[in-house]
Amino acid sequence: MASPSEPGNRPDEPLDLVRLCLDEIVFVKLRGDRELKGRLHAYDSHCNVVLGEVEETIYKFEEDDEDAEPVTIKKQSEMLFVRGDSVVLISPNPPS
Amino acid sequence: MLFFSFFKTLVGQEVTVELKNDISIRGTLKSVDQFLNIKLENISVVEEIKYPHLSAVKSVFIRGSTVRFVHLPATQVDTALLQDATRREAAQAGGKAKLG
Repeated sequence: MASPSEPGNRPDEPLDLVRLCLDEIVFVKLRGDRELKGRLHAYDSHCNVVLGEVEETIYKFEEDDEDAEPVTIKKQSEMLFVRGDSVVLISPNPPS
Repeated sequence: MLFFSFFKTLVGQEVTVELKNDISIRGTLKSVDQFLNIKLENISVVEEIKYPHLSAVKSVFIRGSTVRFVHLPATQVDTALLQDATRREAAQAGGKAKLG
């Protein structure tokens, strides 16, 4: 019987990947064509996260023209809490 | 419980809450509960021209589920403490999964 203080002895969980990203730069994809890149400081089981040194990218698509390139908007934030219900994925490897 | 405790440490700070309908509200964090519902005082809407409906409002309760982001003052966040607390919470959650 492993005690809760020995995380190495329990079976792999998906959120273990996120735990290994703590204090690293992560890529977070959100609902509504938004992406974040920032340093992961905290997360919980709802995928609520706190990121530092964040760059947010918003892709705005033209309503009538499906072939047009989306307009990208970039925003910076020094410290950001993100509510988990907007999160689609968290990845340790930011696409360059 | 981690983020509930975290937000309790930020009570009294100036924060900007960005809602899922794109409205951003800046104000003083007055209180928070377990659902991460938020009470803000002395509020101002960031793009007041675009969203004039709240111009006369001084204080709001925000349902947690409508929040997209909360922009925080970086100087008020102890990132090392936050990471330790996250690791502790992750270990606890893992232990519960094993028992259940």
